[in-house]
Amino acid sequence: MTEGFQRRRKGGVVATFTGFEADLLRSLASQLVELLRNETAAPREGDDPLEQLLDFSGPTTEPEDPVLARLFPTAYPHDEDAAGEFRRFTEGTLRDNKAQAAVGIIETLEQAGLPAELGEESITVDIELEQGEAVGWLKSFTDIRLALATRLGIEDGDDDYWLAVPDEDPRAHVYDIYQWLGFLQETLVEAVSR
Amino acid sequence: MLAVSAPSPVELDEPVSDELTAFNTPWVTIVWNDPVNLMSYVTFVFQNYFGYAKKKAEKLMLEVHNDGKSVVASGSREEMERDVQAMHEYGLWATMEKES
Repeated sequence: MTEGFQRRRKGGVVATFTGFEADLLRSLASQLVELLRNETAAPREGDDPLEQLLDFSGPTTEPEDPVLARLFPTAYPHDEDAAGEFRRFTEGTLRDNKAQAAVGIIETLEQAGLPAELGEESITVDIELEQGEAVGWLKSFTDIRLALATRLGIEDGDDDYWLAVPDEDPRAHVYDIYQWLGFLQETLVEAVSR
Repeated sequence: MLAVSAPSPVELDEPVSDELTAFNTPWVTIVWNDPVNLMSYVTFVFQNYFGYAKKKAEKLMLEVHNDGKSVVASGSREEMERDVQAMHEYGLWATMEKES
């Protein structure tokens, strides 16, 4: 079991994961990438076809999926037009940057020796991150935790409820992963903070 | 990244009057509490992005945590749009409005 991230004396941070843990992180990061690239940031339907082809800007309405709605909040809660404009100019970039950060996690783990398919033999995956990469990981951990929390319906102060969920309930397993990511993130913040 | 650098054809119908009347009114970026983000991470974001000292970053984080929200920056509309977008990139729930 990993102890999380540690600051390295010469700068940057290090962590050691079991093959299982690294594989889990890769799987979560991949799902985030899927989600971000799935519901495409496409122009509104019903527009002029030519206009649609020429329109490289993003959507203007809040995503229907609650996870995406949380990842891309409405910037102007009291001004629908301004909110739409803001979304049109920012959501595409945000999606790309968030996906890029998650891809960074996958690449780092694989470069550190995580095989495409986990075999029978037990392995450990040692990673090193520079400060900038670490911030990318922090952002992705946040996005994944927001996604899991939104799907589970986590609210402020409901820890007791989740701890009482029986093991056979699949949500208990998801909650464990959510908590584990929180632990990893806490150690990573600690390791990069001055 | 900014609205002004977007391709021009789609901008032709954009009203300019809003910008002119709002010219002298400062805008603010507000970060809202959520049940997910760690206190340490929110503090880190305020330090890392805004360059705030740890003490100020912690004070703002505690406002978010205890009062449900905090004004974390103020400035022109363009500056606040940039800050809100950055907060969204960090996964914080941020909105903007005219200073009241």
